[in-house]
Amino acid sequence: MRKILVGVKRVVDYNVRVRVKPDGSGVATDGVKMSVNPFDEIALEEALRLRERGEASEVVAVSIGPDDAQQQLRTALAMGADRAILVKTDRTLEPLTAAQALLAVVRKENPDIVIVGKQAIDDDAAQTGPMLAALWDRPQATFCSKLQIKGGTAVIVREVDAGLETIEVDLPAVISADLRLNEPRYVKLPDIMKAKKKPLDVIELATLGVSTDAGLKTVLTEAPKPRSKGIIVKDVGELLDALRKRGLVS
Amino acid sequence: MSKILIIAEHDGSKLSQVTARCVTCAKHITGAEITIAVFASDPLAVAAAAAALAGVGKVVTITDPKHAHPLAAVLAPVVAKLAGDYTHVLGASTTFGKDLMPRVAALLGVAQISDVMSVEGPYRYKRPIYAGNAIVTVEAASDRKLVATVRSASFEAAPAGGSASITAVSVDAPTPAHTRFVSLSAATSDRPDLQSAQRVVSGGRALGSKENFQLIFNLADKLGAAVGASRAAVDAGYAPNELQVGQTGKIIAPELYVAIGISGAIQHLTGIKDARTIVAINKDGEAPIFEVADFGLVGDLFQIVPALEKGLAK
Repeated sequence: MRKILVGVKRVVDYNVRVRVKPDGSGVATDGVKMSVNPFDEIALEEALRLRERGEASEVVAVSIGPDDAQQQLRTALAMGADRAILVKTDRTLEPLTAAQALLAVVRKENPDIVIVGKQAIDDDAAQTGPMLAALWDRPQATFCSKLQIKGGTAVIVREVDAGLETIEVDLPAVISADLRLNEPRYVKLPDIMKAKKKPLDVIELATLGVSTDAGLKTVLTEAPKPRSKGIIVKDVGELLDALRKRGLVS
Repeated sequence: MSKILIIAEHDGSKLSQVTARCVTCAKHITGAEITIAVFASDPLAVAAAAAALAGVGKVVTITDPKHAHPLAAVLAPVVAKLAGDYTHVLGASTTFGKDLMPRVAALLGVAQISDVMSVEGPYRYKRPIYAGNAIVTVEAASDRKLVATVRSASFEAAPAGGSASITAVSVDAPTPAHTRFVSLSAATSDRPDLQSAQRVVSGGRALGSKENFQLIFNLADKLGAAVGASRAAVDAGYAPNELQVGQTGKIIAPELYVAIGISGAIQHLTGIKDARTIVAINKDGEAPIFEVADFGLVGDLFQIVPALEKGLAK
């Protein structure tokens, strides 16, 4: 039966308005609520649904990050993942390094499908899925909004700029989840208790033989320039006048 | 000297404006020598448009029936091979570029810089993180190839006026058979393209139904504008996914952006903050959209929008 590997990244919760540190060294994360990357939740939900439909037998959640990322893996286990793996590192990794680390896990686990979020909402890079697929020399189906498994292949509807594209890939493959693939379930209290007993393995990144130098470094983090405050107009006439003054409407 | 390869984006017959914006980004790189690569089953028209962009030194065409419907898994090995002679490989930060370029970068064994918004040096760039709530300056190793996607909204389109040479090349790279195109359902519309339109009218959840969303289309048509939508409106089925504007949809920079019934979550604002003028119409005076709007009008959209349309009729 099929095994599915799901990427689970620990990120600043999407409701938090991030603040840039005054010294420009990054964004403040001390005492800030951390969560599972929302797109990874969607990825996990899809994997769980495949298992519940009998199209997969095991769902393994994998995170790469600090020891605290075990919290997000416990959330994944509470949602329904069978077991979890943390590739432990205290460094902030480039997606290339994350993809190399995931490849090392893939080589050990031999999954039929890897599902990740289409992007993480911290670095917004949207690279790890396609990079893993390239290094693994397997198909990729990014921005997936519908997934169907048919034997040794998967049919994927992708949300692209022009509309909806359907592609077919041979398994194993890497799929990246888009917003409208599904709506992730809520975790129930008994499931949180059960999740505590599920296996969670910790591997040190250093033992995977992956170089952490991707050749890219962040030298400065700044707040964006704010837009200047506008005005409230009182009615449609005033709005049209203002727009005409700027030459925006005739 | 920076030898820059830009991967053209097109629909088989027409060059996308995002490629002209990549050219402008590339021109900011010191000593840029710009080549555009066109992958297509019949690249002539697209290549001619690319060659006419000012600042482009050369256009190379790679003709192959398999490029009629580009697939990242099929294109990436060819791009990676072609990249051998170049120092930089750029693509637009569209669903096409976001799918292809990381695969190319990984094949080349290098990191990628996503969503370049400004060029600070040949190996130094600014890019947004956290939905644009922070901007980072990143520095890449100058002894490796640099792969990046370009945030189209941050750069003007390069003007016409070029006359680059067009050369057909063949690239010997493996063609994986594991990924196959099935179909594309693209909306056909006479309206301007959302990504490159000068004016955009967008609707949000407050429209309340797909039928009511027609108000947005009507006003857009009156203004000669493209139509956009918030994530909430797309999730609710009022508008198709290709109209979504924001962090996970399209990032746009029109002259005029009219947000109607959109509260303005940060994920939406990041998609519009480069618009020249933002107009917000919302019944909630406290909605965050008013923090970025140049002109705000608080009230019932179902009265305001028809009145606006009438006011525009001349």
